[in-house]
Amino acid sequence: MTDNRTAPLQGSTTGPAQTVLQIDDLGVAFSTDAGAVRAVDGVSLTVKRGEVLAIVGESGSGKTVTAKTILGLLPETAVSQGAVLLTSRDGASSNNVITLSTQQLRQVRGTDVSMVFQEPSTALNPVYTVGWQIMEGIRAHGSVSRADARAKAIEILGRVGIPDPEVRVNYYPHQFSGGQKQRVVIAMALVLEPGLIVADEPTTALDVTVQAEILDLLRRCRDEFGTAIVLITHNMGVVADLADRVAVMYQGKVVEEADAQTLFSSPKNEYTQKLLASVPYVGQGIVRAAARADARAPGWAEQTPVVVADQIRIQYPGRLGRPGFVAVDGVSFSIRPGEVLGLVGESGSGKTTIGRAIAGLTRVTDGSLSVLGHEMNGFKERQFSRLRSDIGFVFQDPASSFNPLLTIAECVAEPLVVHGRAGNPASARKRVDELLEAVQLPRAFGDRYPHELSGGQRQRASLARALALEPALLIADEPTSALDVSVQARVLELFAELQREFGFAALFISHDLAVVDILADRIAVLYHGRLVEEGTGAEVLGAPQDPYTRRLLASLPVPDPAAQAIRRDELRRLRAAG
Amino acid sequence: MTLTTPTGPASGPAPSRRKPSLLGRLPVVHQLRQSVGLQRGMLVAGLVITAAFVLTAILAPVIAPYGYGQLRDTDGAFGAQQPLGGSHLLGTTVGGYDVLSRVLWGSQTALFVIVVAVLLSIFAGVFLGLVSGYFGGWLDRVLVVVCDAIYAFPSLLLAIVMSIVISGGQSNLIGGVLAAAISITVVFIPQYFRVIRAETVRIKSEAYVESARVLGAGNSRIMFRHVLRNATRTLPLIFTLNSSEAILTLAGLGFLGFGIEPTAAAEWGYDLNKSLSDVTSGIWWTSLFPGLAIVLVVMGITLVGESLNDLADPRLRGRRAVGASSGLVAETSVVPGGTLIAGPGGLAGLETPATSTPSDEEGRS
Repeated sequence: MTDNRTAPLQGSTTGPAQTVLQIDDLGVAFSTDAGAVRAVDGVSLTVKRGEVLAIVGESGSGKTVTAKTILGLLPETAVSQGAVLLTSRDGASSNNVITLSTQQLRQVRGTDVSMVFQEPSTALNPVYTVGWQIMEGIRAHGSVSRADARAKAIEILGRVGIPDPEVRVNYYPHQFSGGQKQRVVIAMALVLEPGLIVADEPTTALDVTVQAEILDLLRRCRDEFGTAIVLITHNMGVVADLADRVAVMYQGKVVEEADAQTLFSSPKNEYTQKLLASVPYVGQGIVRAAARADARAPGWAEQTPVVVADQIRIQYPGRLGRPGFVAVDGVSFSIRPGEVLGLVGESGSGKTTIGRAIAGLTRVTDGSLSVLGHEMNGFKERQFSRLRSDIGFVFQDPASSFNPLLTIAECVAEPLVVHGRAGNPASARKRVDELLEAVQLPRAFGDRYPHELSGGQRQRASLARALALEPALLIADEPTSALDVSVQARVLELFAELQREFGFAALFISHDLAVVDILADRIAVLYHGRLVEEGTGAEVLGAPQDPYTRRLLASLPVPDPAAQAIRRDELRRLRAAG
Repeated sequence: MTLTTPTGPASGPAPSRRKPSLLGRLPVVHQLRQSVGLQRGMLVAGLVITAAFVLTAILAPVIAPYGYGQLRDTDGAFGAQQPLGGSHLLGTTVGGYDVLSRVLWGSQTALFVIVVAVLLSIFAGVFLGLVSGYFGGWLDRVLVVVCDAIYAFPSLLLAIVMSIVISGGQSNLIGGVLAAAISITVVFIPQYFRVIRAETVRIKSEAYVESARVLGAGNSRIMFRHVLRNATRTLPLIFTLNSSEAILTLAGLGFLGFGIEPTAAAEWGYDLNKSLSDVTSGIWWTSLFPGLAIVLVVMGITLVGESLNDLADPRLRGRRAVGASSGLVAETSVVPGGTLIAGPGGLAGLETPATSTPSDEEGRS
């Protein structure tokens, strides 16, 4: 395994390099209920040995379909044309994946090309040890004895950075953390030393600090194993961090292809330019937050806060005989009228739990949480329900936050009907039209059903519903994390606009520091259920005090390869120090 | 990232997309239009058989040559075990009834049982499932245990007990139908309960139910406006599968001698029971035709049910094959009118929603 290690390859676009993958005029069409749909249209790409090609694009641009074609993983409803030429690592054989039989495809998968999936917890079988799963891949391609396969599994686990691989090889997937699981998945992809790895959104399901580690590992795959990587992602920061060359896809076509440096510094295509312009970056909101702070009337800070949390603790009940899970532990903060508090944290930090507690969806177990002057510790639904008209809530997933059987107008009218401002959805229609206009949706959209709207449009309708009663407090739980970056930019702008117009106080929950920075007056950072840092955007992002905040900030990839290289070193230094 | 799926028009008003007509949205008609190939064949066959069954039941008084309990006409008694042909197209039974008339009239009894059984069980089952799934807690636990207990009970045994309780085993039309229907109801309620409860539990945690709760909507409003309508999608399916089971239970009761007296109504299971001794003496028509009727009706309804089941699941649903280069690239850009024109610093791009198509065109080139 070590003897054929290749020398680190940098800037592999120069010099005569062996082509691992060549896609020629690929077209893929799907048959759906609504007739034929083209997903990929005339795509041609080449990947050279030891090169990272990033395919970026928004959802529906055809990037995942292209990736799946490389492994012959398309569903039965798909029809493909063109050629996908895959060359084995030693250059001995070359296959057109589209014409291979199932049997031949099995031979190619694993040895010539392998895949890293988006969600590591579903890519591993929970009832087998990770060692067994790696060994299965080895033994499927050639007769290897159990002992040899096991030795190889241990070696590969060690090389992807799993500590104590001799012991951990017998662990089950649930015994690993999310980042470690993704390492195991990468180990499985690497074990047969394929010439090409297709990584489909390999870090999307991971926290930003873990993402940085996985990106490091993928970089090592390229440098130490000489493996070419096709990286599918929508995150421009990830692209800047890892890619040598970038192909931008839009509506099934490659609209621009260039090496990473060139693409980020001087994008040629207008779509690429807009895509790059809509990527949020840290430091965007500081000026605006300062302007907002200056514009406030004197004595504003002395007003009664809308929300006061004092040492709140929220515990989910455990299973019989086990202690419960403490999601939030001793958190204190307050939101004053008309102020936007950004709550940032990784998954499991308790940020969503706090939002739900304020909306009365989860109960506070200890401490005091006062919402609009009402104590939420041990509250009664009957007494709280009249206050609900003053609280708006925007959910993360716009697809599921609307009743699929009601029209948008009926959904937006729901709060008006519930709180007796209108007798039925029809009589509320005038107000609904006003609201739809406020969120920049055409009135006619009121007659459509939720599934007839795109994600961004649905999220705007969701804002309209939350604002229907002109609430004093709006809770937005990751409102843009399910949206594409250009749509996200638009929804965030709208949010800022509406906040200025209606003047509501808001709790804005997000895992993305850059997004929170755009909107928030103050930012609170949560880590493992505790509040580690709180202050204005300039304080928290400009001069972070807590080591975790510093690490979080340094982990956030920026869409600029040169700047990202500097940040990477900074993060390495921080990790070494911490 | 998902695959490219056309999720409706993404930009602006799309004139080409029309809401399907009311007829097209009816449960079975919608699936019929959706189906292709073998699945369509199965569905059509099932629908034809079922329609024939229902028509026969309704028109039995018109098309049956004799009454179900008729033993003689103006020419005198029919005579027992008459062969096919003559004035009795399918012969007569050992009791001297006309086989054809009994088979045709029997469809009426069968339909009657289906309607009563399903009506009785569907409302109770759906309501209990909704309440149990929505509120949870001890009520839910008790109801689930009770339903599991009923599952463990053989339905035919239950039907026999019911039949004895209602009419002392010897039944007239109402008693026999009710005995079959109620016993089937008792077995079916848990099925509807289970399905609706599972759906309710799933839907309860959907964001739109939480959003209704955040708005301050009351429990009954959430339950009936948001949960119930979304939970009833699988009902037509269970409905059809249960209907065929209802017929089998009725026939089983009749066959075991707990059926309906021949003078009260025609019943296929009863006729089968009486024709048992005929089989050995070469008289095949008395058992064949009622048996065939049971098989056909059960098969027809089951075909409909199974087809609906397959069509409801996008993974099982068959589709027409497409040509390699056919189809249009779906309008997948999720921003109406193309991507953002202004960066997140400015508002210029937001002032003209859904009209800036030129940028869209250039983005595609």
